[in-house]
Amino acid sequence: MVQFETARLDASFAALSDATRRGVLEQLGRSEASITELADRFHMTLTGMKKHVGVLEQAGFVTTQKIGRVRTCRLGLRRLEEEAAWIESYRQVWAARFDALDTVVEQLKHREKTDD
Amino acid sequence: MTNRTTIERTSERALVVTRVFDGPARIVFEAWTKPELMKLWWAPKSLGMPILSCEMDVRVGGGYRLAFGHGEPPVFVAFGKYLEVTPPSRLVWTNDEGEDAAVTTVTFEAQNGQTLLTLHELYPSKEALERGRGAEDGMPEQFEQLDALLPTLTASA
Repeated sequence: MVQFETARLDASFAALSDATRRGVLEQLGRSEASITELADRFHMTLTGMKKHVGVLEQAGFVTTQKIGRVRTCRLGLRRLEEEAAWIESYRQVWAARFDALDTVVEQLKHREKTDD
Repeated sequence: MTNRTTIERTSERALVVTRVFDGPARIVFEAWTKPELMKLWWAPKSLGMPILSCEMDVRVGGGYRLAFGHGEPPVFVAFGKYLEVTPPSRLVWTNDEGEDAAVTTVTFEAQNGQTLLTLHELYPSKEALERGRGAEDGMPEQFEQLDALLPTLTASA
């Protein structure tokens, strides 16, 4: 498991160590794009861009889907997982607060009863 | 048994948290508007950052200031002002710590003796919301302490 994580991290760092690939991620964060569109935008050959997208795909940052003759790229599950993990950690902050608030509500209810 | 806290990102700029409380709205509202009560629950031990001080002037235009940390000087200070105060159903305040800060709206709805609480955070932009998550970073490890805390809370309730 640790080795798997290490390998995953190595792939991530390698994928993100290149300015073009970081640019591609930024671009895909705004909207999905075909390999041809990405190649144009980054002034690159189709083959060069395919290589970059392949690296990002292996690291889980990007997924691609071929429909007809066009391969469309979008941000991968990895990013979604991170977003989901962040939302869950935020939820847990509120859950912890609200569980403590339950105790306060119980105490206030109890106080009202004894005041009656 | 505690009630479920749900969270949803309802738009690029908004997060909504909901929770039902087993008590009337006026009691839940009171717990949100009296500093001595806020201090009891806003920073439970599992968050790892206790409240040092809590000042709240709960009226439209009034300010609040919550300081967190383990001693002076505080590690973090939250502050802002109240935009709407409608007991026992609605509170709106600003968070003025930085440019990315949200406006928070909390509503308290009576439901058969219970209260449905809805907390809505509206950020100035998508980027602000996503940067805002940094403020809560470092907390996940502390959540493991939550399991240990819950039985004590339930026992004292």
